[in-house]
Amino acid sequence: MAYSFDEIAKLDPYGTGRGEKAELYARVLSELTSSHYARCAGYRKILDAFGCDPRPTRSAEAQFMLPVGVFKTNELSSVPGSEILKTMTSSGTSGQAVSKIFLDRENVRAQTRALASIISSFIGNKRLPLIMLDTALVSTDRSMFSARGAGIVGFSTFGRDVFFALDENMRPDVDAARAFVEKHRSERILLFGYTYMIWRHVVRELAETGRSLGIRDGVLFHIGGWKKLKDEAVDRGAFNGAVRETIGDVRVHNYYGMAEQLGSVFVECEHGNMHCSVYSDVIIRRHRDFSAAPSGERGIVELLSLLPTSYPGHVLLTEDEGEILGEDDCPCGRLGKYFRLHGRVRGAEVRGCSDTYEYRRAG
Amino acid sequence: MNIGAPDKLDWLVGDGLPEVRPLRPYSDAALEFLGGLSDALLRDRANRAFPDVVTFAFFCRRANASRLKNDFGETANRLGRGLAFHITPSNIPINFAFSLVFGLLSGNSNVVRVPTRDWPQVDVVCRAIRALLERPEYEEVKRRVALVRYGRNDEITAYFSGFCDARIIWGGDEAVTAIRKIPIPPRSVEVTFADRFSCCALLAEAVLGLDNAGLERLAAAFYNDTYLVDQNACSSPNLIMWLGKNIRAAKDIFWPAVERAAAKYDLEPAHATGKYALLCGYLAGDYGIKRVTRHGNLIYRAELDRLDAAESLRGLFGLFFEYDATSLRDAAKYVTSRWQTLTYFGFDPAGLVSFVTDGLFGIDRVVPVGNALDIGVIWDGYDLIRTLSRIVSAG
Repeated sequence: MAYSFDEIAKLDPYGTGRGEKAELYARVLSELTSSHYARCAGYRKILDAFGCDPRPTRSAEAQFMLPVGVFKTNELSSVPGSEILKTMTSSGTSGQAVSKIFLDRENVRAQTRALASIISSFIGNKRLPLIMLDTALVSTDRSMFSARGAGIVGFSTFGRDVFFALDENMRPDVDAARAFVEKHRSERILLFGYTYMIWRHVVRELAETGRSLGIRDGVLFHIGGWKKLKDEAVDRGAFNGAVRETIGDVRVHNYYGMAEQLGSVFVECEHGNMHCSVYSDVIIRRHRDFSAAPSGERGIVELLSLLPTSYPGHVLLTEDEGEILGEDDCPCGRLGKYFRLHGRVRGAEVRGCSDTYEYRRAG
Repeated sequence: MNIGAPDKLDWLVGDGLPEVRPLRPYSDAALEFLGGLSDALLRDRANRAFPDVVTFAFFCRRANASRLKNDFGETANRLGRGLAFHITPSNIPINFAFSLVFGLLSGNSNVVRVPTRDWPQVDVVCRAIRALLERPEYEEVKRRVALVRYGRNDEITAYFSGFCDARIIWGGDEAVTAIRKIPIPPRSVEVTFADRFSCCALLAEAVLGLDNAGLERLAAAFYNDTYLVDQNACSSPNLIMWLGKNIRAAKDIFWPAVERAAAKYDLEPAHATGKYALLCGYLAGDYGIKRVTRHGNLIYRAELDRLDAAESLRGLFGLFFEYDATSLRDAAKYVTSRWQTLTYFGFDPAGLVSFVTDGLFGIDRVVPVGNALDIGVIWDGYDLIRTLSRIVSAG
């Protein structure tokens, strides 16, 4: 590795401003591009066909972007098979296609350290008592072991005395939860869960019975997306309000990350803005020509990450829409770009070809 | 009349199994009805919003049906097979209507499963048919038509398959394979429309010889073959084969003209990301793509240096695969039975047909650029009217 990840990992994840970050990203992303070009045949073929020279140092905006969907159709790895520690798979929402991400030891380590640095900047380095707003089965029962289970196992390293708030039937064990809260009443409590699970199995259940977990000082991190909640017309404000009514006085942080760029996650601050950290950046692309759009213009989200070294996932065009809200000037004080997501790209229901069930093509 | 019919389906036209009594091909009853349908569809100005409905209405008009009847020749010794069961595709909204017309023209009674997708075109056509069939003069046709809608349901498909005399399966390899597992009676015939691959042959000097208006017309015709259906029909060309002299110069004027013609194309963000991902997936694979040229996100051109993997390439939303051929013979050995339509510009069609009939496994249609989607009674290598009718021999 030509750049020193260790040096970056020592930085405040939200302390790098525009000029310095642009310089860092041009250097590191260009190094990653030429490294993947040299080591990943599929990536090399793509760049060659586009006539993209991997050698010069280019700005983040001028980096070649790989569509995230390509990890579903092709196996792209930049390390020999013997060095692959684990293969992450993500079930996309659309049918059977699954992303395959090849991780070696170094890449896994970078992901773990980046996530730790980001989360601890919100909660400090001390491990806090942790409530998982999920069932313990999700991390023990092999048949349920999934991206959801992996997320739970990953997050549990940030807490101690881990308590699972849902029983095996996905019902909240309110008495046990309240006892846990009581036991740790002088401490800040950390909570983690999946957005829709929290809404469906915790918030709604508690609201119906009029009970609360009564937490006096808590921090909740949740992940998983808003699609199902959008269908129920629940937005961030309604979600956070309901969480406070049923769980207690907790700061709520939604965060966003893709299986294709684990570790360099985007966390929502106290002002509701999704923040890039030093490990990641965002560019909004116009769909007519993929030119970069300025702040305030809605477009396709491109995500940059400094972490992917064992697969060419450092510059990815996603299938989500969003807009940049600002850079270095969020009232929360965190530096870097902050943005808002608007869900999947419009027109995802393509005429014909997504007809998975049947009778796809005409003669 | 609806005895034994499953209940999980909507009868959009008719309310039960049609009466099964075959007619001769191109019967007066069928021709009269199609003429009436054509008038009804063309009279409603709102239908102009659907070019495919208008095309269908033009196909049905009396003059066209009579011409087809004349072309067909002797009908006195032929008649429909009985009940035709049509399973139509969800991606091309109007195909169900053409399928019904082929069933009627060949003298059959018809059960047509329409797309489950909510296409406005399906409503428009079904409404017009319903209104028409209320009228006493179309009684003969009324008794022979049922349009049904149901989601994936093998039981219902098996029910109709169990006694149909002909089954027509649109929708590609997967659908054909799945539905073929459901038996039809031993005497029943089957017409299947599998996944096909289509290409376009352009003669460079002919393109270079066009004046501006001619070039714009060619580009507009090419647009209609491709972008109009998101390139998502089997007869939309994926592979563009260039022949002749000065290919490079011809490309340099052809593609910008296509770009101008496609300026009106509604490229949605999901099309842009989907097309880009599709292309990058192909590039990382082994398809012989040596270079990509982009015209914004409207046109992606992938230049091939070999044809051996070409037929597994699929364009969508304006993604084309180009090959510079020294002669048509070049391509001949790669033409499998999967190849369907060859659209052309600058060639003599008779020469192209003899190229195909000189031992090729594929290519069933040779039509000028602009006519790729024009469906007809001869389609996909079948003479549909003859296939769906039987012949009475005497002597």
